Amino acid sequence: MTRSFLGWPAFPEAAAREVGNRQLRENVRRATRTIRGKRAVLAAERPDWEQLRDSAAAIKDRVLAGLEEHLLRVEEKVTAAGGTVHWARDAAEANRIVTDLVRATGEREIVKVKSMLTEEIGLDAALEAAGISARETDLAAAIVQLGDDLPSHVVVPALHRNRAEIREIFAREMGRHGRPAPDGLTDDPAELAEAARLHLREKFLGAKVAVSGANFVVAETGTLVVVESEGNGRMCLTLADTLISVVGIEKTVPTWADLEVFLQLLARNATGERMAPYTSTWTGTVDGDGPRAFHLVLVDNGRTRALADPVGRQALRCIRCGACMNTCPVYERTGGHAYGSVYPGPIGAILNPLLRGPDDPQTASLPYASTLCGACNEVCPVRIRFTDVLLDLRAQVADGGKHPVERAALNTVGAVMERPALWKAAVKAAGLVGPLLPARTPLPGWTDNRALPDIPGESFRRWWKRNEGDRA
Amino acid sequence: MPPNPPRARTALFVTCLNDALFPATGRATVTLLRRLGVEVDFPAAQSCCGQMHFNTGYREETAKLARHFVDTFADYEEIVVPSASCAGMPAEAYPLAARAAGDPGLARAVAELAPRVVELTQYLTDRLGVEEVGAYFPHRVAYHPTCHSLRATGLGDRPHRLLRAVRGLDHVDLPAAEECCGFGGTFALKNPAVSGAMNGDKARHVLETGASVLAAVDNSCLMNIGGRLTRDGHPVRTLHLAEILARTEQDGPLPGVPVAEAAR
Repeated sequence: MTRSFLGWPAFPEAAAREVGNRQLRENVRRATRTIRGKRAVLAAERPDWEQLRDSAAAIKDRVLAGLEEHLLRVEEKVTAAGGTVHWARDAAEANRIVTDLVRATGEREIVKVKSMLTEEIGLDAALEAAGISARETDLAAAIVQLGDDLPSHVVVPALHRNRAEIREIFAREMGRHGRPAPDGLTDDPAELAEAARLHLREKFLGAKVAVSGANFVVAETGTLVVVESEGNGRMCLTLADTLISVVGIEKTVPTWADLEVFLQLLARNATGERMAPYTSTWTGTVDGDGPRAFHLVLVDNGRTRALADPVGRQALRCIRCGACMNTCPVYERTGGHAYGSVYPGPIGAILNPLLRGPDDPQTASLPYASTLCGACNEVCPVRIRFTDVLLDLRAQVADGGKHPVERAALNTVGAVMERPALWKAAVKAAGLVGPLLPARTPLPGWTDNRALPDIPGESFRRWWKRNEGDRA
Repeated sequence: MPPNPPRARTALFVTCLNDALFPATGRATVTLLRRLGVEVDFPAAQSCCGQMHFNTGYREETAKLARHFVDTFADYEEIVVPSASCAGMPAEAYPLAARAAGDPGLARAVAELAPRVVELTQYLTDRLGVEEVGAYFPHRVAYHPTCHSLRATGLGDRPHRLLRAVRGLDHVDLPAAEECCGFGGTFALKNPAVSGAMNGDKARHVLETGASVLAAVDNSCLMNIGGRLTRDGHPVRTLHLAEILARTEQDGPLPGVPVAEAAR
């Protein structure tokens, strides 16, 4: 059984459910605050931090402006190095390509190293339908998979789980998928890590096929790059006979000199470390070392749609550091699942509607999953202006004509507020927010949580007129 | 033909929310500005700035209100606004609204007018060059920096400087001050559960300070936090900064609010 975000409810309903989960809120609060604090210290440590952010944004914008040219270079270089490049327009095409490649090897169990894109396209379910079992090897992704759960953060997919919950998942599930957890396993982090190491090592050593993502693809040499904390990715990349890397077309950087900028930003901004413990790079195939066959699947799946959006295209600069979610007060209360995607938090609120279109209730609700407080703008290493994109997407949703009653209500609100008699009548009739709400929306939104302010006896303009009327 | 009449100097844009629900903020702004020698006018034709419309995605509706704003305030040299979020609208949102409405004339008028629209504390510290405004407020005060005042309007420590210069005032730090209170305009309505959770945490932090008054420069956020405190039965008052700065020794302490230890 593989859970998926398919058919997920719109953000307000999903979020309301998550907010009610006290344990989840405490887990997310604790984890995001820790990472947030570490990031702040390490970002402040670099005197050139702001210039690094400028450079990163500029490089990404340059890539996006000439994406086709850079991708053709990737294809040329990967092919020259003995790899095979495949192009996938959408999720179905990408899944079919990967499934066929795995089938051709005759293997029924493969290993994966953390790839958000394969989660985005639902690869595990597609493989399962073809009788192939894919096991996650990144520790957090493995916790999520063992718990038949869904990822809730782009860097720490199991961020919503605490140690006790992880222990319980390991003890219950590991035996069903391979080496069981040791008897008497406690929630001591070292014990949990050792149980995961033993369970996963069995997978690495047995696997003939690995599927990976990539953080970057360097166009000038056709080199893929994975940045990780545990070394599990490196095991996947080196031990399997066949390596299939599934990568979004926006991951391209032109040169190694450009890569240098991102490697300085990523770990500091993602986990508050000066550098990631493991940075692995691979280029095609080499005789006698590493995988004998290498496939690169370059996936669009909505990325050219996002690229065509003049305001929204900046979301494709994202290097998936997760800092926006670690700093977002909305994410802190809801966790990641409320966003209905492997991309949660502020980046999810803009990226999902950009990739999929803001046309269904779930994606249309995401641009409104923000107070526009702007905290995310301040931590983004590639200077995505989240609030600009959110506002632009809201205009797209509103222009889609889905909320005619809301539009009419907003058109009257100014007029109502200027006329105290009307205002009082409106407040009396419908509560403070009455004039703003679509007719069928239940009212308690405001009064669930707050008292209404007292309605003053005299508006400011009345007071002015009474005191100053003859002066003006 | 007679020459154009000289521009009137200073207008107050009181904002629709202040007009209808928080008129005391407008009155305090007038009192304060006059005490500092500013002759302030209130153009009665003024309306809503359109922030709620803009932030909900209605750009052409915002453009209509932008046009009205420009027409109402065109004759003033400076327009003072006792709200950081509404003060930011002409510069941030009106150009986008004008573009959405396909109105280059409006865009030009907005570009000309926007630099003259100033949030109150910026007006006091930057234009008038004062921090000590002759205020007396013998109470323990915590200050909540609203998101727009912090990140869009960039007020920095101006409100704190003004508060510290108030005689008798005991200024206490608010934990997690820079975290959003969860209001966010229609966010509070569209995502009430999340908004309520954020607001609950903000209210808890306010209570931790032991302050009797919570101040801010946006009544919208204060309405959110104050609504929570009131519902939960806490006597902490929420007050726009202008209402603190307007009070003097003659007014004495705020009735019904404990006098701060330091002021006794």
